[in-house]
Amino acid sequence: MVAFTLPKNSRLVSGKTWPKPADAKNLRAFKVYRYDPESGENPRVDTYYLDLADCGPMVLDAIIKIKNEVDPTLTFRRSCREGICGSCAMNIDGRNTLACTKGLDEIKGDVKIYPLPHMPVVKDLVPDLTHFYAQHASIKPWLETKSPPPAAEWKQSIEDRRKLDGLYECILCSCCSTSCPSYWWNGDRYLGPAALLQAYRWIADSRDEARGERLDNLEDPFRLYRCHTIMNCANACPKGLNPAKAIGEIKKMMVERRV
Amino acid sequence: MSGSEHGAAVGRGARPLSPHLQVYRLPLTAVMSILHRVTGCALMGGGVALVWWLVAAATGAGAFGFVNWLLTSWIGGLGMIVFGAALMYHLCNGIRHLVWDAGFGYEKPEVAASNKVVLGAAAALTVVLCLYAWLT
Repeated sequence: MVAFTLPKNSRLVSGKTWPKPADAKNLRAFKVYRYDPESGENPRVDTYYLDLADCGPMVLDAIIKIKNEVDPTLTFRRSCREGICGSCAMNIDGRNTLACTKGLDEIKGDVKIYPLPHMPVVKDLVPDLTHFYAQHASIKPWLETKSPPPAAEWKQSIEDRRKLDGLYECILCSCCSTSCPSYWWNGDRYLGPAALLQAYRWIADSRDEARGERLDNLEDPFRLYRCHTIMNCANACPKGLNPAKAIGEIKKMMVERRV
Repeated sequence: MSGSEHGAAVGRGARPLSPHLQVYRLPLTAVMSILHRVTGCALMGGGVALVWWLVAAATGAGAFGFVNWLLTSWIGGLGMIVFGAALMYHLCNGIRHLVWDAGFGYEKPEVAASNKVVLGAAAALTVVLCLYAWLT
């Protein structure tokens, strides 16, 4: 359902301003979304200050520094710090991206950090991705075959393997799906760009033998066709992938198999 | 699924919804998508006005006189310029949607270029339409 405003329990209240570091050479303000499930209070935006002369270059470096040196209660997910695990996906400077690959020098003014948009918040910058993962599972992200298994592996030509470039690299960070207004309004039934990119990754796989069933599963006014080519997904993807294009390919296949 | 059980145990229903439109810096392509929807709605309204004009003309001189006076007044004229601009934008962006649905123009540089083409063409066609209406 379309709802432009936030529900009552989600509206932001003014937060705490934390002290500035002493003798800072390059002071930068960080406005960070905070929500504590145990307090029962509405989410707020806290302001932190860091001396960037004494901080790593990425947004992740900054929030780790805040957690280590200023406020240990600040909660966020992170792991690999090199853009391959997808854990630190968040809304930085108004766009969804990975904190570990977003340079502080790319941001002008205060650094605004929110959780991924239009998601239930577990705590601070940690969204609940249960539904997102369930949608990914629903497209059966594995090889489906009917013919008897070969003695060794399922083989694929170099050309056919190349068709999966730009699809298999997805790290399921959910930056794309949570940037998509269609997913915001209809995320309960619309699969969203990430799940659809993976759906296409298996449809496009020359070894897969369930293309018909996969397309049947997507032939639905909501699951596939809520995509209106808004293109936020391709603009957000930190891996430079293009879910909108993959969705366009699926839509094209739907027409092609009918004629 | 263990994830959803855990979610239920800590009261997922009470969780706040993270900000969306309030914080997202929408790219031009997204703004143009919204504009496509808005102009589509505007065309509905303009279409009703057009039908009203035609029905009034079929009804009689009195009815037509009023509607014609209203729609050719300066405020009606302004409305018609907006209607014309909405029509031209919706037309141009609609053609882009056809191209997309045919499977072309999804790469980011292509979309950046088609943004400009659609906005430019819609503006030019609106000017041509207004000049045509004004001169005839």
